[in-house]
Amino acid sequence: MPVRDARARQRRAPGRPGTLRTMVASEHFSGWAFVTPGVAIILLFGAVPIVWSAVMSFQRSNLLSPSTPFVGLANYRQLAHDPIVAQAIQHTLIYTALFVPGTMAIGLFLAVAMNRKIRFISFYRTAAYATMAISTISEAIVFIWLFDPSYGVVNYFFSLIGLPQQQFLNSPSQALYVIVVMTIWGWTGFAVVIYLAALQGIPQALLEAAAIDGAGPWRTFRRITLPLLSPASLFLSVWLTINALQLFDEVYLSTQGGPLNATTVLVYYLYDQAFQQFNFGFASAIAYFLFLVIIVVTVIQFRVGRRFTHYRS
Amino acid sequence: MTATSAPARGGIRPASHEGAPRAPRRRRRLPFSPWHLVLIPASLVLLFPFAWLLVTSVETPGEALRFPPVLTPHVLRFANYPDALATAPFVRFFVNSAVVAVTTVLCNLVLCSLAGYAFARFRFLGRTALFAVIMATLMVPFQVTMIPQFIITKWLGVHVLAAVGIDHIGALILPNAATAFGIFFLRQFFKTLPMEYEESARVDGASRLTVLIRIVLPLATPALATLAALTFLDSWNNFLWPLIAITSTDQMTLPLGLATFQGAHSTEWTLLMAGNVMSLVPMLAVFFLAQRYFVRSVAATGLAGT
Repeated sequence: MPVRDARARQRRAPGRPGTLRTMVASEHFSGWAFVTPGVAIILLFGAVPIVWSAVMSFQRSNLLSPSTPFVGLANYRQLAHDPIVAQAIQHTLIYTALFVPGTMAIGLFLAVAMNRKIRFISFYRTAAYATMAISTISEAIVFIWLFDPSYGVVNYFFSLIGLPQQQFLNSPSQALYVIVVMTIWGWTGFAVVIYLAALQGIPQALLEAAAIDGAGPWRTFRRITLPLLSPASLFLSVWLTINALQLFDEVYLSTQGGPLNATTVLVYYLYDQAFQQFNFGFASAIAYFLFLVIIVVTVIQFRVGRRFTHYRS
Repeated sequence: MTATSAPARGGIRPASHEGAPRAPRRRRRLPFSPWHLVLIPASLVLLFPFAWLLVTSVETPGEALRFPPVLTPHVLRFANYPDALATAPFVRFFVNSAVVAVTTVLCNLVLCSLAGYAFARFRFLGRTALFAVIMATLMVPFQVTMIPQFIITKWLGVHVLAAVGIDHIGALILPNAATAFGIFFLRQFFKTLPMEYEESARVDGASRLTVLIRIVLPLATPALATLAALTFLDSWNNFLWPLIAITSTDQMTLPLGLATFQGAHSTEWTLLMAGNVMSLVPMLAVFFLAQRYFVRSVAATGLAGT
């Protein structure tokens, strides 16, 4: 049994004292040699910054003064009393509450429609997938133009069906919703891909069995398909929510948080405080607050999701 | 019209009608799947932003600023493209983006394979603790680490190597040259591979590195392709970190260059759209050529979670 010999030799190798050669051949040495380059980068740019920004959130730290005195919980107290933070939280939550279910519903509907062998189906699928290839910046620029209040084509379509002209991104009451629309469009392809993959994993026999038992298409969908899609739905809702809570690119491009802070979301305010005002301490406190929000929301989703999620086998 | 002609066709060839016993209960049958009635408008909505982007990019500046909008331009003004190129160095942005994305992908494939393999197969002192630390960083959003990352990158540029410092594209590569996700993803994949090949190669005297390169990596091609596709997309579309780390035009990547261009020419729509088309086309082309890979990779992240 040569295989067992090899295992035995490998197990013995790490402990064997001896020459430089055996040390280099040891599993300890190889292990560290293999992981060091990758792990060093992750420690330097991932682990160290996590601790550092936690420390910074208890300091008064900005570019103006070289000293960074500890100020206890002052940054977190400022966070609790800052009216813009309260607005940013509200906008972030409203955005997330609209964007996540919206994307999931559209993605599910299109995936169900596209989960069949009909003519032009690859064209339809490609049309949805294409939204995955566009960067958030390109997407935002196109949508700013589509929703331009003076020359935008959306206002033109509105005029065709007799609706009044809108200010869209220039209006404090509409801007956030325009950003919801553009980001849903941008994420449609992703949601379709996830749901299509899950739909194709459903065994045909189950659906046929339901049909034989007399279930109509809607009942089959409600009772068979939807429960079998629940792992994909849970994944999508967690993934989309994490991304929604970190919304930044589209806001930076289209409104810069305006008009009148109407689209100031948490990460935009964090960026503004960190790299426009250079209040590193306060910005770190916002970052940790965002992290907390993400953890809480994710845990809730998994807790609630577990009750509705069916795993096969 | 088409709907009413359907029964007639069914009447001509009743024998070929498969669902004959159930036919009486059915209403008039469309000669095509009714799902087209949903999918055609849906595709139009999904593709319209692309179409409008293209149309505007070949309009004259005067046509673009007209209401109602000119849906079909009278002359195609392709000069917008050279004009945009003369205003901002899009070729440079593209080259920077490509260099950053390709280098980041290659670094990730090498470093994450090495680390992922060691975590999957070797027993070494501190393995569990080290792996736990890496998994912890996986959960933390970038916004938490970006301020210290900025300070560290600045320090590295001043004291160690200018090429990886602030305002150099190296600063966009080094922090992402290995990712916790990549290490975790490949480790999980390596663990599913049968160990026998590796063991017999070791018995035959191959070094651990040789085993990884000659035996394990060829078996892991699908996982490596997935990691490459996801890393490429991430790097190509990244905006926040370049926005923080880069200020000089000649070091900008496409998203940052495009955003800066938009900031400076926010009302010159024809120019903006021409620039936007040029920054979109390379990625769209790669995407269509490798659509299967991208779609499978994105679906894999979803299925891995389920």
